[in-house]
Amino acid sequence: MTTGKLPPLEFELPLANLNTQIEALERQLPSNPALEQEILELHKQYDNLKRSIYGNLRAIDRLAIARHPQRPYTRDYLDRFDPNWIELHGDRHGVDDPAMVCGLLKLGNYRVLIVGTQKGRNIREKQLCNFGMPQPEGYRKALRCFKHAEKFNLPIITLIDTPGAYPGMAAEEHNQAQAIAYNLFELANLKVPIISVILGEGGSGGALAIGLTNTILMLENSVYSVISPEGCASILWRSPTKVQEACESMKITAQENKDLGIIDDIIEEPLGGAHHNWNLIAKTTQNYIIKYLDKLNIENDIVEHRTRKFRKIGCFKD
Amino acid sequence: MDLKDWFANRKKNNETAQAKQILSTEEYCALWISCFQCRELLYTRDLRQNLQVCPKCHYHFRIGALDRIEHLSDANSFCETEANLISSDPLKFFDTLSYEDRLKEANQKSGLKEAIITGTCTIQGHPACLAAMDFGYFGGSMGSVVGEKITRIIELACDQRLPLIIISSSGGARMQEGILSLMQLAKTSAALKKLHDCAILYISVLTEPTFGGVTASFAMLGDIIIAEPGARIGFAGRRVIEQTIRQKLPADFQTAEYLLKHGQIDMVIERAKLPQTIANLIDLHSLDCNQPKPEAIAKTPLKIH
Repeated sequence: MTTGKLPPLEFELPLANLNTQIEALERQLPSNPALEQEILELHKQYDNLKRSIYGNLRAIDRLAIARHPQRPYTRDYLDRFDPNWIELHGDRHGVDDPAMVCGLLKLGNYRVLIVGTQKGRNIREKQLCNFGMPQPEGYRKALRCFKHAEKFNLPIITLIDTPGAYPGMAAEEHNQAQAIAYNLFELANLKVPIISVILGEGGSGGALAIGLTNTILMLENSVYSVISPEGCASILWRSPTKVQEACESMKITAQENKDLGIIDDIIEEPLGGAHHNWNLIAKTTQNYIIKYLDKLNIENDIVEHRTRKFRKIGCFKD
Repeated sequence: MDLKDWFANRKKNNETAQAKQILSTEEYCALWISCFQCRELLYTRDLRQNLQVCPKCHYHFRIGALDRIEHLSDANSFCETEANLISSDPLKFFDTLSYEDRLKEANQKSGLKEAIITGTCTIQGHPACLAAMDFGYFGGSMGSVVGEKITRIIELACDQRLPLIIISSSGGARMQEGILSLMQLAKTSAALKKLHDCAILYISVLTEPTFGGVTASFAMLGDIIIAEPGARIGFAGRRVIEQTIRQKLPADFQTAEYLLKHGQIDMVIERAKLPQTIANLIDLHSLDCNQPKPEAIAKTPLKIH
């Protein structure tokens, strides 16, 4: 999982070009030892460029990283948190939505329930998971598992990576809106600590439906927004080409969400994005979750802590 | 008078007649409206007297928050709460216009300060908390103010042990307030959970149109959910779904009647019968000791119109 093997993102192109140049020179090196100095120089330039590019990412660049096809998904984290994790299936009313993954596992010294949205890695998986967009049954499955965790006093971790709830005919007939609303309603009152981590895309109500939690963490290059930037561009600008403007205007990045007081902390990613080192990002994420579980453990009233957090959100003149 | 003058006079007369004609066209438009469904030409005063329902095909026209309140609450009983809560521009949002300009525009167009009016009233003698959304202000969208006003009216209903009625009409969350709008879904739903735990009746009335973040939060959490005939209600918009699944949807998709058929709402009630139905429902849920306190009703009623 190194940069060289992945097609570069748009903003990484200068870096990729420089890299090809270095590689070409390195191939000539055995026949022309005089090139060594130049190669060293280019390496230095490469490092500088890398730092400057990744140090000045625009919102739309982070969006591209958040949607990177090699970005680790929920199941990749679960496998690394605890290789012996046990998956729970089904909403108990006739459907098991693969876009919502629920599992029991050990996280450090904690025994926890993890619920997360899953994007598929290959075409077949993507279709099964609707590209990470859960059906109403997926949200009901999540809720069933939340209740399970509450019964056995297990803290809940939700991992969020979804473009949104699935907009389909059956989804509407099975009351997608109610499934989301009811999750919010029930999450508000669960008697166990809940932490959510936005791994990639935090898309609107589909993300919030498992995101009404005591602590919200975001990966450095993840995004969280009220509507997809494409949707916003086509509605407000009436043009699909204004995605960059929509990204900037809506304040979707981790830092902006932290400044607005929505999220609690930002989890730093390996340089260039989580896809460069799955093991490292899984380890860092695990450490952050445990740190915040420790903090929530000393809260007296976990429900009050959660409802107070959301009660405060809003900006208006009174 | 020579021929030249005669022509000049004729021209002048023609112009004034035309000017009069333009004016009377405007007047004509204000007097008559063509039904959106059956195309019947309706006299606006009659339509208004008929609660903005087409007498021929029963098409329910959209109505504003003030008309809603006037229709539902007993005369002079409505007292507005949180009337001075107004939007700020936390993201300094700018698309083709700035959010501030859009707010001003919405205010001028609708005469309202926000997309919702909340307050207390009596409904056929039953004290209640009432909130009415207005699609005419910013598409009835929910930003911080709408979320806050709904949360506060829920908290008031909780404190005073009054039944709560929310009439929804909204395109969803307000994009111009970004993630803050999304969080209003969480805030209002969490407040409703507390109301639920106090065992206080919440009736949600869904009207044309109710979509997105509003449906995905308080609108779908009613103990009783009522919809008006023909109202379109859903999570995702019709166009988005058609683009996703690449097929045509049935004509009645996402209508109140369709939702009733699919078990999502309790009833479809025509506008004229709404106050009586709500009053009956409140009555049927007030058999225990949850009698509301009479002093909950404020003393100075809001003047409508």
